Amino acid sequence: MTSVKINEALCKGCGLCANACPKNVLSLSKHNMNAKGYFVAEVVNPQHCIGCTFCAIMCPDCAITVSE
Amino acid sequence: MAKILLHGTEAICEGAIRNGCRAFFGYPITPQNEVPEYMSVKMPQVGGVFVQAESEVAAINMVYGAAGAGIRAMTSSSSPGVSLKQEGISYIACARIPCVIVNIMRAGPGLGGILPAQGDYFQATKGGGHGDYRLIVLSPSSAQEACDFTYRAFDLADRYRVPVMLLADGMIGQLMEPVELPPMRDLRDIPEKDWATSGHYGKDRRVLNSLLIDPEVLEPHVNALKRTYDEIAANECVAESMLTEDAEIVLTAYGTVARICKSAVQALRKQGVKAGWVRPVTLFPFPAETYAKVAAQKSVKVFLDVELSLGQMVEDVRLSVNGRKPVRFYGRTGGNITDEREIVQEALQALASVKEEQ
Amino acid sequence: MKTFTKTKMLTDAPMHYCPGCTHGIVHRLVAESIEELGLQEKCIGIAPVGCAVFAYDYFNCDMQEAAHGRAPAVATGIKRCLPDRLVFVYQGDGDLASIGMAETVHAAARGENITIIFINNSIYGMTGGQMAPTTLIGQKATTCQKGRDPSVNGYPIRVCELLATLDAPYYIERVATHDVKHVLAAKRAIKKALQFQAEGRGYSFVEVLVSCPTNWHMAPVDALRFMGEECTKTFPLGVYRDKSEGKI
Repeated sequence: MTSVKINEALCKGCGLCANACPKNVLSLSKHNMNAKGYFVAEVVNPQHCIGCTFCAIMCPDCAITVSE
Repeated sequence: MAKILLHGTEAICEGAIRNGCRAFFGYPITPQNEVPEYMSVKMPQVGGVFVQAESEVAAINMVYGAAGAGIRAMTSSSSPGVSLKQEGISYIACARIPCVIVNIMRAGPGLGGILPAQGDYFQATKGGGHGDYRLIVLSPSSAQEACDFTYRAFDLADRYRVPVMLLADGMIGQLMEPVELPPMRDLRDIPEKDWATSGHYGKDRRVLNSLLIDPEVLEPHVNALKRTYDEIAANECVAESMLTEDAEIVLTAYGTVARICKSAVQALRKQGVKAGWVRPVTLFPFPAETYAKVAAQKSVKVFLDVELSLGQMVEDVRLSVNGRKPVRFYGRTGGNITDEREIVQEALQALASVKEEQ
Repeated sequence: MKTFTKTKMLTDAPMHYCPGCTHGIVHRLVAESIEELGLQEKCIGIAPVGCAVFAYDYFNCDMQEAAHGRAPAVATGIKRCLPDRLVFVYQGDGDLASIGMAETVHAAARGENITIIFINNSIYGMTGGQMAPTTLIGQKATTCQKGRDPSVNGYPIRVCELLATLDAPYYIERVATHDVKHVLAAKRAIKKALQFQAEGRGYSFVEVLVSCPTNWHMAPVDALRFMGEECTKTFPLGVYRDKSEGKI
């Protein structure tokens, strides 16, 4: 089972991770705002993750860690 | 060690090489072309680096890189080229990278002419580029001094982490004189630079930077620069004087013009005129105290400042004399050089004018 | 299944780039490549002026901050004196292709054994969206508000093509960052460029197309689409020089 973790403090809510995810694991939150005022990305369907790391590859802020 | 006959530019190069300069970056401009030409031959012989840059702008930035990596580095140019280097010099001053810049001054403004002049005094001593900074400015008047001062410039640069300029007038770039060369410095004697970006990783990493965007960071940084300049002023002022004890008129000049003035003083003395002579060796820091002391002497009636400019150093002389005595000025420009006869005449006039006023 | 953790060649400083700007991706690719090549202890980077001006805060190695456009000259000074170090230069389009064009062309012509990472987002980002030497025909900027008009503003400069007219460069490639496939290709190019330098092969240059959602006035995902569909038309991706494969 792969786990995707988002460092919310670094996330700028750009959505490039969710856009890259082939399994809709990630989505931008409509409620969860970080200290910088960004609505951060959230893991909404962790069970669908296939560990492709596309989200982390497209994240411009190195805010995503993918681990087993 | 025996003296050898050297061109002024060669003397500069030898002074640099013998004190560990191992990187030279230059661009052709008259009258200093002999410097890059000499360095292109000599640098590879001592295991150093020579690059003919695409511009003076690139050359000073190559110095930024090399000196920033801890190497003793130098560039050389003449007035219009030194104007182009000002951007880089300002960055170097802010990032506190020690290096040496040679300016063999020619007549300006603009493209001006290629003959000797001293029109870059303001640029050299008041900063030159943007922002609050100074260079140490050394002014040689002979081939021997061109060698010795360039040698010393590298030690001063490293000691204070500031750029040092050798400000020579065009005559230094043209004359040949006997020079006693200093011995070759062992590179292992040069103190290690614990700030140099020569390849470190992680917590040891080093950054050379002139962007301090937070005013709470920039102000302390420029204040620290100011403290360094004050320390330099306290430690490194050098001036020469002669026959000032009983002088009524004091001639003052820098560079090769100081030598002409020295002859004029001797000619005046032969005529029975009590003439003296002061010559600043460091133009920044300016030896203000030397002038203040001489100005305080009762015998002194007037100063005559002689330059190959419209009057630049004279402002510092007046600040140093601080109204105690009148300061007259005589200058030639356009690449014309003054001579003993002209200066004697000007001195006599200056003396006569103050006697009339009294 | 793969895993992903941040490279130690990047510091922990949060990057200042706007949301969705792919500068951050390129920082990571450069840093990962250096780490994978095991060259982090020998590395000296040159930061530019422009959006990447704070790059010295992000790369976890020695850094020099250069004046606008002068980074290749600074890199030349370092590399000539310390030839066994890895010297990389990170520059944007205004820095590299406008104010620093002379330094760019001459470092390439001399064949300096350095690696240039050229960020092309076709706009001046840091100063607020002015026209760049790489702004596309018709693309709007604050200094060409009706779109770039060649009769007034001239044409965008294709730097890879221009440098490929020179004899000395060893490797020149243009890559992009609009999707995973292209980011992975960009990584391969950057790593290759750095490796060529480490092997002493000479000048290597990688142009990376990057998005600027803020100054393009687009959502981040739309900006990636624009990069893939429009920027690549003016700036075709590909290898322009690779002497290791006989491509001259």
